[in-house]
Amino acid sequence: MMSEVIHLKERNRKLFEKIEEISGEKVTLCEQCGICTTSCPMADEMDITPAGIMRYSQMGDETVLDSEAIWICASCFTCTVRCPRGIDLAKVTEALRELNLRKNIDRIDVSHLDEELDELPAIAVVSALRKFTS
Amino acid sequence: MKIGVYVCHCGGNISDVVDVERVAEFVSRQKDVAVVRSISHMCSESGQKAIIDDIWQYNLDRVVVSACSPQFQGETFRKAVAKAGLNPNMVVMANIREQSAWPHHDEPENATEKAKILTAMAIEDIRRKEPVEKVAIKMGKNVLVIGGGIAGIQASLDLANAGFNVYLVERKPSIGGHMAQLSRTFPTEDCSSCILSPKMADVAEHPNIHLLTYSEVLEVNGSIGNFRVRILKKPKYVDEDKCTACNKCTEVCPVSVPDEFNLGMTMRKAIYLPSSTAVPHSHVLDENACLGLRPLACGLCSEACEADAINYDDMPQYINLEVDTIIVATGYEVFDAHLKPQYGYGKYRNVINALEMERIIVEMAEGHIIRPIGKDVAFIQCVGSRDAQIGNLYCSRICCMYATKLASLLKRMDPSREVYVFYTDLRAFGKGFEEYYRTAQELGVKFVRGRPGELHENPETKKVIVRVEDTLTRKIIEKEFDLVVLSVGLVPGEGTVKIAEILKLPRSADGFIKEAHPKFRPVDTPVEGIFVAGTAQGPKDIPDTVAQASAAAARAMSLMNKGEYEMSPIKAFIHEERCNGCGECVDACPVDAITVTNVAEINVAVCKGCGACISSCPRNAIDLRVFSNDEIMAQIDAALEDKKPGEKRIIIFADDMCTYTLADGVGTAKLKYSSNTYIIRVPSSSRVTPEMIVAAFEKGADGVFLGECEEVVSPYPSTLKVIEENVKRAREILSSVGIEPDRVQYSPFVTVMFKKFVALANKMVNIAEKYGEIAEEKRRKLRKEIEVIYDE
Amino acid sequence: MKKFPYYPGCTLKQTARNFEESGIASAKALGIELVELPRWNCCGAVSSLTSDEIMRHVAPIRNLVRVQQMNDDGLLDNEYRLVVLCSMCFNVLKRSNLIVTKDAEMLRTINEFMDTEPDYEGTVEVIHFLEVLRDIVGFDKLRAKLKKPLEGLKVSPYYGCTLLRPKEVGIDDVESPTIMEELIKSLGGEAVDNPYRSLCCGSYHTVGDNKKIVAERAYKIINAARKNKAEAIITSCPLCAFNLDNRQKLVKELHPDFEYMPVLYFTQLMALALGKEKEAGFDGNFVDSRPLLKEKGLIKD
Repeated sequence: MMSEVIHLKERNRKLFEKIEEISGEKVTLCEQCGICTTSCPMADEMDITPAGIMRYSQMGDETVLDSEAIWICASCFTCTVRCPRGIDLAKVTEALRELNLRKNIDRIDVSHLDEELDELPAIAVVSALRKFTS
Repeated sequence: MKIGVYVCHCGGNISDVVDVERVAEFVSRQKDVAVVRSISHMCSESGQKAIIDDIWQYNLDRVVVSACSPQFQGETFRKAVAKAGLNPNMVVMANIREQSAWPHHDEPENATEKAKILTAMAIEDIRRKEPVEKVAIKMGKNVLVIGGGIAGIQASLDLANAGFNVYLVERKPSIGGHMAQLSRTFPTEDCSSCILSPKMADVAEHPNIHLLTYSEVLEVNGSIGNFRVRILKKPKYVDEDKCTACNKCTEVCPVSVPDEFNLGMTMRKAIYLPSSTAVPHSHVLDENACLGLRPLACGLCSEACEADAINYDDMPQYINLEVDTIIVATGYEVFDAHLKPQYGYGKYRNVINALEMERIIVEMAEGHIIRPIGKDVAFIQCVGSRDAQIGNLYCSRICCMYATKLASLLKRMDPSREVYVFYTDLRAFGKGFEEYYRTAQELGVKFVRGRPGELHENPETKKVIVRVEDTLTRKIIEKEFDLVVLSVGLVPGEGTVKIAEILKLPRSADGFIKEAHPKFRPVDTPVEGIFVAGTAQGPKDIPDTVAQASAAAARAMSLMNKGEYEMSPIKAFIHEERCNGCGECVDACPVDAITVTNVAEINVAVCKGCGACISSCPRNAIDLRVFSNDEIMAQIDAALEDKKPGEKRIIIFADDMCTYTLADGVGTAKLKYSSNTYIIRVPSSSRVTPEMIVAAFEKGADGVFLGECEEVVSPYPSTLKVIEENVKRAREILSSVGIEPDRVQYSPFVTVMFKKFVALANKMVNIAEKYGEIAEEKRRKLRKEIEVIYDE
Repeated sequence: MKKFPYYPGCTLKQTARNFEESGIASAKALGIELVELPRWNCCGAVSSLTSDEIMRHVAPIRNLVRVQQMNDDGLLDNEYRLVVLCSMCFNVLKRSNLIVTKDAEMLRTINEFMDTEPDYEGTVEVIHFLEVLRDIVGFDKLRAKLKKPLEGLKVSPYYGCTLLRPKEVGIDDVESPTIMEELIKSLGGEAVDNPYRSLCCGSYHTVGDNKKIVAERAYKIINAARKNKAEAIITSCPLCAFNLDNRQKLVKELHPDFEYMPVLYFTQLMALALGKEKEAGFDGNFVDSRPLLKEKGLIKD
């Protein structure tokens, strides 16, 4: 695997600031201990670990916006209640999702849901649509 | 009254900017000034000689030196006038260098005018100065050391060897503390109890140390030089002198209870020897575990005792002591890992804490297996520390090293073992630490940078599953371990918390005992005469503990050595004829230095001289020596005399420790700020009453600013609150006559806030310019409010 | 009968009707009348987690306005504690309430936006039905009212996320909660420990292409319960119930050795224990619990 040099530019700083602004959290406080990752019930399915998400956010690395991880997150808040620095990670991940959704990039296509719509509880449909679509 | 005034050129430092001859000429026209000289270097031999000669020749009784900062050369001139036979308080410095020539170096005209005013202020101040007697507390040679761990032991030995009389109180039946429980100590891997035992023996044998074990401090009254201590000595039911520790009583005792020395992992009897290295080396009968003493239920131990050492009629003893100083060395407890249930402590049988691991290793070396260690062992770092969810934000300092040590020991015991240390940072800061870490890595200890969120147990094998993100490879790894050791942090022990309450010692945000100053007074507490040493003040290792213990002993010695302890003469005092004993001042004093019988009385041994009590008195009956109401008011008057129309003058009250030092620093750095500012030095701005602030406006001030130390570096507790209230009250009075309340401001400072000081000084002037002149009639209306100061 | 305002939420009227029916019946048996909010609207199912998003608080807050109105209209006697059964709705409503009442500016904005509604005054307290049982009724009193104690039934509680997290919303200690265990014991049953009792079920991933995530979580949670000898699992959220109950079909497809386990709403067991078997709605669950309950002698054929 080729190693890639990341040239940190103005747009990285801007992304980092945007993330802090939308989430209301100071991502610079993260000391990368990794407790969030091992507390996260979905971590095994993620391409970037929760601690990794925080790292990319700190560096303003746009890769995180294209990750699967931020969508695999189920907003369960386990990371938030465990973070030893007191950071609300759920809000940071939401901010990353919003940065996509606000560009009108939907995560799921509503029209593909007809199969189970009758069986699914309303709560599942509403929450999924709210999290995955703009 | 004959005042001598000396204006210094400071070799050009002052005279290049300030026209010193004009200042001298102005001074010579002031009342009661008998001698005026302008001299090149006042602090030199010849400068001082000039003062001394003039005092003798002209019978001067007061001196003003208009030169640099009193913080710089104040002592020089105090010594000089004392040499000439005057009381050292009878000299005052006007700071025309750091606070005029230097900051206003590009405004020579303004700097000169300001220098004249600052000198006039000093003259008015010295006019009202009174000679002060030194405040000396008689000191004996008695010290109370609370806590018999390594800190208490070291401090006691240092003091006893120097000829002081030590009472060492320990609440467990034996001294030694936690150090006696440890296996090896990092980074040398010395056997802990082996190096500790000789010191414990020394304590027991030392003629100058009175060892009171199984004893607790109940109450302490009084102050430095006169602490009255009440101690409870619990009954051991065994005579320490007769007991030979033959152990026959223990063998026959029918009662078994968990052994505290082994953290409950093994059992002991109701009558027991606290540990194999216990000092005093005597058994003790735990009355709570015993089947019954009154009436006697069993009696087997006494029957078995060949030394006739057991006495069921032993009673608690109350001991009263008078000591001159106290050293608090009450140690730590480890974080209770039950509070982090996600790690399974207390639930999973294969999760233990580090102190338990120490005991397991020690017992194993002596041939007792408390529990099997197994093959693969994991250490989890930062348990209970660096954790916002628990509320302990601090790093516990020693856990990285003790885990490295335990891991190394385990690896040496069995090199085929897998030992992992799961960390966030590996803090190996001390002497030999980094080298020791390297050795551990060479031994094959695996350090993984990742902190687990939770631990799970394999329900069949009971092995513990550690799942962690290796943050360096960014991969999630999972491994089963036979044993997981939680590296628990140090927390203030129950004993420390209790003693802090009894002695009224403040604790820092992390819960440990607060030191008087975080940099310069690390073993003093804010209470005069009480010192702290060891982990009671914060987590630390053994070398640092021993160093601190010796430091505390040295500090105590320096106070007691001369037979008397001289304190600053800046103390509050009561005008008894005005006091009606209402007691308002009692609550206002942050160190409880005031009591009321018929009138209020100030305990000078405890009084810190902050002046917070002054504004609480409804009858203006409290004053402060060296910085009295008269002296302050006179300086305010002089600062506002002869104001030209349109000129703005701001009075700045600067606390000595921080704001005044800061202003000096600003001047030394030649940073410029408005010359319309006049600084009055006070020990603490809390001594500035609302009436004084209002009086300043009545006399012509356009703004008043109060500067004070930030709480964390302040020598006086809680003064910022008093200042806040006084400013609020002053603002109310000003508003009531139509003067803008934000002409009064206050701010905390530390001595590096150069820019902040400059900004605030300029801001005050800007506010004054923005609002313009204060109408005469408004100033007159204020007079009614401040009559209370004038009616002396 | 003590009256409380009650917010059902969409799902309790749709796929989780047995949750509501058993809930209302149990409450009645304990002397509590749950009075449904008039003109309630969907709470939104998930909270707004960004700091600049105010719009999503409108839906929850409007429901709280209804509570005020019920009091003003005399339907309630000075009762501002809103009881919720669905723990996800509970989480959303409580969270919005806490955020909005701490920020005067935000509250003002929302009130101005909802100009056709009365202003929300911040007087409502959102509580979960489990809190009513613990803090208002008391588990001892509940035990005294049992008609059929669930003797011999080993039940594992499943809290999920929304009852405990985030900390300011949670109804119990986030790492060692005991409220559901206490409930089980007070119903006469045996509470079985489950290390995964608050592991997220996968939530909204049950919609879309990632259903496997849910199935894997359900597998983990149910197996851990089974290892500790649990016979049934209780939950308080219709989404958790769907994920742990209905999705067992998918679990079986992925893990052929998997055995089904009944997943019930806690109110269904309450109804049974309080003698309201008819309203317990055991026919509404995917995995049929009736064979198990018959075996324990708790229901007849």
